[in-house]
Amino acid sequence: MCAAASSVPVISFRAASYRLPQGPTLLEPLSLEIHAGTTLVLLGRSGAGKTTTLKLANRLLPASAGDVLVEGKSVSEWDPIRLRRQMGYAIQDVGLFPHYTVERNIGLLPAVEGWPQQRIRQRVRELMALVGLDASLTRRLPRELSGGQRQRVGVARALALDPPVLLMDEPFGALDPLTRAELQAEFARLQQRLGKTVVLVTHDLREALLLGTEIALFDSGRLAGRYSPASFLSTQDALAAGFRQAFALGESPGRP
Amino acid sequence: MNLLSYFLGHPREVWTLTLEHLWLTGISVVLAVLVGLPLGVGIARRPALARVVLGAVNSVHVIPSLALFGFLFAVPWIGDRAPRMAILALSLYALLPILRNVCAGILGVDPAVVEAGRGLGLTPAQLLVRVELPLALGVIVAGIRVAVVLAVGIATIAAAIGAGGLGELIFRGLAMVNQSLIFAGALPAALLALLADLALGGLEAMLRRRV
Repeated sequence: MCAAASSVPVISFRAASYRLPQGPTLLEPLSLEIHAGTTLVLLGRSGAGKTTTLKLANRLLPASAGDVLVEGKSVSEWDPIRLRRQMGYAIQDVGLFPHYTVERNIGLLPAVEGWPQQRIRQRVRELMALVGLDASLTRRLPRELSGGQRQRVGVARALALDPPVLLMDEPFGALDPLTRAELQAEFARLQQRLGKTVVLVTHDLREALLLGTEIALFDSGRLAGRYSPASFLSTQDALAAGFRQAFALGESPGRP
Repeated sequence: MNLLSYFLGHPREVWTLTLEHLWLTGISVVLAVLVGLPLGVGIARRPALARVVLGAVNSVHVIPSLALFGFLFAVPWIGDRAPRMAILALSLYALLPILRNVCAGILGVDPAVVEAGRGLGLTPAQLLVRVELPLALGVIVAGIRVAVVLAVGIATIAAAIGAGGLGELIFRGLAMVNQSLIFAGALPAALLALLADLALGGLEAMLRRRV
């Protein structure tokens, strides 16, 4: 590991927890560091605290206790708008603006940042090519796109301001298995080229193994373990073994 | 007696009163929109406030309109001129459907879209202007449509306090038991309501199709 690159973690959770006001605790105190250029996968079943963790990082949720540092500075000291524009955000239901064309969806952040028209148009063309969207789709509305195309627009939109960090919440979750595999592979190549710091939430073990530099396994609001993809496949941990079994990886699956 | 005789015999008078009617309702609805839009956005953000405000505005509808026109005599400045009273009363009536639909329209925007906007780093104002309001516009226009039709109808009663409009013909006709006179006021009022309903309905359909 290069010491210089890992000196200040890009994101650092310091005993950060989250509980609903007068409600259940969604995330137990979590300590975790994410280093520049790596992809950390948050893996776990629904309700394990993965999405909550992600939202603490860009302050969509405030930590109830503990702290989250981004580039060494507490998120509560960041201007939340600047913080979020440093961290591209892509979510499962994509959340594309339904009244905007592909071009305006991708170009929205550059537009509110006051970029000149010409530069926005060029950036949109660049990004569409980058995520594999045909230029003929520029003026389509989201409802006129396929699921895979929508996800690509979502990723392009998250990359619009060239943020150093990408936060992705099951970005390929709503796709059919073939399209999903295709997009995962493409994203792995893209990630190699761009070298972003990525935090990716998923419950898909194959996706975690393909894209992750490191896998953080979550269980009922708690970080249950950290693994490299290789060590995840060999660990004796029951939870990890359960995941392997569900995906029929590295274990003889009990076929009916 | 021919129902249309007064209508056809006095086109200038009917025309003048129709314009007056249009002016009363037009100003009232514009005022209601100017108040209802920001207030509706405000209460969409605070559910506790929404109950209080909608309850208060709703209570106006409990007051019989004739009595409401009468009550406003006591209000300073407003009570000096009949059209002022009429416009205030009509605005109050028009406020409820507008307020309710602005609130419902904003709350009806897909949460995933709002969350994506926030997560990407839009400011609350940018989110409102670029995402929430455009997506709520169809529902908001539907509220304005209800408000306009309501105001055109209730405005006929404003003639009782001397505010003018097509109600003048209706009240005169009632006093003289002259159906042709009543009809000369009722027909254009109904046409106004119908035209406004069609026009705003068309706009609403167009806006909803976009989303």
